[in-house]
Amino acid sequence: MTTPKISVRDVTKVFPVGKEDFVALGGVSLDIADNEFVTVVGPSGCGKSTLLNILAGLEEPTGGTALVDGKPVSGPGPERGVIFQQYALFPWLTVRENVEFGMRTAKVPKQERRRRAEHFIRLVGLEQFADALPKTLSGGMKQRCAIARAYAVNPSILLMDEPFGALDALTRVKLQEQLLSTWSQDRRTVMFITHDVDEAVFLANRVVVMAARPGRIADVIDVDLPYPRDEELRLSPEFGDLRNRVWHSVYHQQVKEPAQ
Amino acid sequence: MAVISAEATRPAKAPARPRKSRTLLVLNIVSIVAGLAIWWGLSLAGFQFPTPAEVLASAWTMIGNGTLVADTGASLGRVLAGFALGSVAAILVGFLMGWYTIARGLFEPWIQFFRTIPPLAMLPLVLVLMGIGESPKIFVIFLAAFLACVISTYQGVVNVDRTLLNAARVLGARDGTIFARVVVPASTPFILVGMRVGLGSAWGTLVAAELLAAQAGLGHRMQSAQLYYDLPTIFVGIITIGVLGLIMDRLLMLAGNKLTAWQESR
Repeated sequence: MTTPKISVRDVTKVFPVGKEDFVALGGVSLDIADNEFVTVVGPSGCGKSTLLNILAGLEEPTGGTALVDGKPVSGPGPERGVIFQQYALFPWLTVRENVEFGMRTAKVPKQERRRRAEHFIRLVGLEQFADALPKTLSGGMKQRCAIARAYAVNPSILLMDEPFGALDALTRVKLQEQLLSTWSQDRRTVMFITHDVDEAVFLANRVVVMAARPGRIADVIDVDLPYPRDEELRLSPEFGDLRNRVWHSVYHQQVKEPAQ
Repeated sequence: MAVISAEATRPAKAPARPRKSRTLLVLNIVSIVAGLAIWWGLSLAGFQFPTPAEVLASAWTMIGNGTLVADTGASLGRVLAGFALGSVAAILVGFLMGWYTIARGLFEPWIQFFRTIPPLAMLPLVLVLMGIGESPKIFVIFLAAFLACVISTYQGVVNVDRTLLNAARVLGARDGTIFARVVVPASTPFILVGMRVGLGSAWGTLVAAELLAAQAGLGHRMQSAQLYYDLPTIFVGIITIGVLGLIMDRLLMLAGNKLTAWQESR
């Protein structure tokens, strides 16, 4: 195996809570290969979002190192796109302006910016809403816009923090398929945080199961189901087995931890 | 005033219930007509009020001899100068306080202290220090507008959604860009609320300042009319002040609605 795209080595994160320390991450190590789609699933408080924020450069680890392309992460960078659960679209900008935001900060010339924005807006199917303000969009459309915005700066890594968590079940399933189709047309390394076991198995090459108190990796489960994946797959016995394994791994740790 | 603020908080783009808003409009008109009728009735019944007709006649004379226009001009000039200076200063200081901890630490005690003093209470001191020209009045109005707007601006900057800041950072924006393209637009609604409060405060302070020390202006006109028991002129002054205040508030509100049309329904 070549150098992993993302390499997390013994990362710890401790938050002071009152006089005590809350150990959000207690020594996490994880490698993610180039163009791999990894989902991270676990109960709340297992530090999965903290791990993502450290890779995004929005938080610093208390101990250990987080490497991207072999270099330690220091601060956010355009090679790592982040998609937030709360969409985080700039409400005063239209869909197009939101998608162009990162390219404007990177001083991409106007024509080129326009062209690339058009491309990614079409990729997520929002071409009819390019000039709409976020307030007029549904939750699913907002998140598609956020995905286009992240893609537009051409990151090699996408860090997604429960992006579909706030959506209804049907929209969520549709967006999962759309994300996979976007991803298979334009592959990136993806780390996708979720608390939805179905979602974790459906999307991933590999599911990382985390446990809480302290936050740690409990299990890593390979998902060797072929892409492209569709609705049929969810009904297949292979999918069911994998889902059960992941579910088991997530569920039983919680029973063991009465404090959670 | 209660009617104005209730309408102001209603989302601008809510044509959902035209019938209800029409009912409200009819009730507004009925209320105004009834109020005028009661006023007229009271003055005819021997109460000391001038009748609306007398007030109108007085207004006509004052327009004719130019005093109303001159007084209005003097008052508006003062309030706009003080309000403009106060708002600009408030936005600058508010941004500094929200963005830099040092600025916040240095400014906050003074602002909190002066906020508890009605700007008019500063007038005697200001008159002694700055004389009786235009500057003390403009200064007091400046103070009123500034204090009303600065906290609101500061709150706006502090309350900018952290996720939006993070989103800008992960899209490669540095501090300067984040400030200009995220913090400023995100705090605009707060600034506009502060400016509206500031305008109301400035207007109120102006008239009171003119009552105490001025050679021209609506407050001054009413003050001298008081000496001659000239009730119609006082009424003209009061009505002019109310109408101008309402117009300025509405203009600011319209500008605000244009600037913050992107907001999710409030």
